Amino acid sequence: MSVQKDPINRRRFLAKTVLGFAAVSGSLTMPAALRAQGSGVKIGFLHPVTGALSYSGQQGRIGATLAVDEINATGGIKGLGRIEPLLGDAQSTPDGGTAEVEKMNVAKASCIIGGYSSSICLAVSQAAARYDLPYVVDVGVADSIVTRGLKNTFRFGPGFGVISKTALDNLVTINEAAGKPARTVIIVHEDSLFGSGLAKLLNAQLPAKGFEILETIPHPTPTRDFNTVVLKIKAQNPDLVIPANYYNEYVLLARTMLEQHVRPKGIYSVLGGAASSYKFVREFPDAAKYIMDCNHWFNPKSAKANELKKKVEDQGQFFTYELYMNYNAVHLVADALEHAASGDRAKLIAALANSTFVSPIMPYGPTKFVSGNNEGAAPANTQVLDNDIKVILPAEFANAKAVFPVPT
Amino acid sequence: MLDCAPPLATDDVLSPLILITAALNGLMTGSIYALVALGLTLIYGVLHIINFAHGALLSAALFAAFLVWQKLGIDPYLAAVFLAPTFFALGYALQRFIVGPASRGDDRNMLLVTLGLGVLIENALLYEFHADTRTVELAYGFKTIDFGFTFLAVSRVISFAAVFAVTLVLWAFMRLTDTGKAIRAVAVEKLGAELAGIDVAHVYAIAFGIGTACIAVAACLLIPNYYVNPSAGNAFVLIAFTVVVLGGMGSVLGALIGGLLIGVVESLGGFFFGESLGQIGIFLIFIVVLLVRPRGLFGASA
Repeated sequence: MSVQKDPINRRRFLAKTVLGFAAVSGSLTMPAALRAQGSGVKIGFLHPVTGALSYSGQQGRIGATLAVDEINATGGIKGLGRIEPLLGDAQSTPDGGTAEVEKMNVAKASCIIGGYSSSICLAVSQAAARYDLPYVVDVGVADSIVTRGLKNTFRFGPGFGVISKTALDNLVTINEAAGKPARTVIIVHEDSLFGSGLAKLLNAQLPAKGFEILETIPHPTPTRDFNTVVLKIKAQNPDLVIPANYYNEYVLLARTMLEQHVRPKGIYSVLGGAASSYKFVREFPDAAKYIMDCNHWFNPKSAKANELKKKVEDQGQFFTYELYMNYNAVHLVADALEHAASGDRAKLIAALANSTFVSPIMPYGPTKFVSGNNEGAAPANTQVLDNDIKVILPAEFANAKAVFPVPT
Repeated sequence: MLDCAPPLATDDVLSPLILITAALNGLMTGSIYALVALGLTLIYGVLHIINFAHGALLSAALFAAFLVWQKLGIDPYLAAVFLAPTFFALGYALQRFIVGPASRGDDRNMLLVTLGLGVLIENALLYEFHADTRTVELAYGFKTIDFGFTFLAVSRVISFAAVFAVTLVLWAFMRLTDTGKAIRAVAVEKLGAELAGIDVAHVYAIAFGIGTACIAVAACLLIPNYYVNPSAGNAFVLIAFTVVVLGGMGSVLGALIGGLLIGVVESLGGFFFGESLGQIGIFLIFIVVLLVRPRGLFGASA
């Protein structure tokens, strides 16, 4: 829980007074280099780096820092200068998030990026709105984050609505291509805003697509024992299990299913916490095999994406979605700041609203923000095959064919 | 290639085999509750106070087991062998040099001191290790034993057996050794014991030490299947209080039976009412026992 500041304030203060004096005296005799450099921009980075979501929060912070270092290495934002990151810890709770917002506001941040979990993002967007402080969501998918009319909130990545629709359409496609072996489903979801919201959407949409939901099983985050849940799955023997939870619980569920020899025709996740995670695949390959997911994913055919992936892996880290979603968010804000030509909050909000920034690494359509939601954003369907994560849909980004049902 | 387990009664969730499996899961979880409650009930039986530092001590023991695994690569089951005496010494020292003197002979003061100690320990852990959840990964961590109709995790079966072993050892100690007899004497009549030449302060400290050693063993048994963070112990101790009340304060047998019973109730509750609501059975039992039979199943009448 610390807001770290760049210790060169005195230098910047002196630079400002020189500029001010020169402007007042009417003769701008300062060197060209100083004029072009700018006084820098403060951006708050808010992630749950401690607590139940700490792994995801730390990955998010790594992604954000990567982008900041990239931008600062070339002199920062054109006309505005270096990004001064203010690092905050949301402690995996909404209250932790809002406390950091207060600190970042006092520290005069131009913008806040992050949040990660939907419940934290919801609270943070509200707290930031009180100060008209622009807030860019890194991951948080709940639709409510961008449908409450808060002008300060933006999200570059896709939300529930488009993800669940794409996931279900793709499920139907995959099922039909395999001869329709799957009909019954059990949903296992975590019980906060993210999981419950998704479960509700699935319950509304799955029957219409011809699937029967045998049971919807909620569980808290954290949950450390899935024996009872897996017992229920075993008892009802569904064709498909659809999990929607965070990393630790997803891994534990998959491993408990493996342990209890519960193998449905497929595990199809929608925003599965670990389903498309290299960490999971590396550490527990047997439990991860054949798991499908519809989640945030990079374009495997993009050279820049693969370059970034290699850079991250060379550093000994996993190239997970939290990392590149934050990476994108930072570049989005940097682009908007350049267009706004100012660190002023209102100007930044206007620039973000009109942004047409496209990320070279994501499989998205053209960017268009409608009340903060990017309509060009889209998820991808992945499957764990050959100890690697491949994209199986949409076809234009796919680098493998789906394997369904799971071979016995 | 993995073979599938045969599906169990696809349209009848209440198949007896499923319920038996749920009950077995409950027995294994319950054995850990029993061990934690054992320490608590012993301390209560002798010192006549509820030890409010029990939860924090369990968290500390979990961290100890975790660090021993992380830094020295020692398996938690092996670690129990030297962590138990270490925590015995810790508990002895805490009672002899902090709780005992601070309470100045008044039982109520002892209660508050243990509460303060609990807060101190938990926050010291939080300061040192932060709130991140850590887990231990063992090679046999997810291996199971095939019982035909179900698979039970190896580590949980081991814990179950270990708890019985520990309970037996403790029972034998209390019955057959001089120290055990001294402890029981102090528990029944403190003044008389003192007059008979028993060093009460020493006995108090031993009882506290044994209670803390039980926690250390419980932590080592728990860690393959549970997580470690500064507040992890509290959830267990809350349930342990229920077990102590159910089983009877001061009764070793009561702690064992009570723990197993509560474990089964929790498992079946979770099965029928869901993970979030499943624990409701435990607390309902707590209230009912207090109302109907306050001395518990095996407790001595007041």
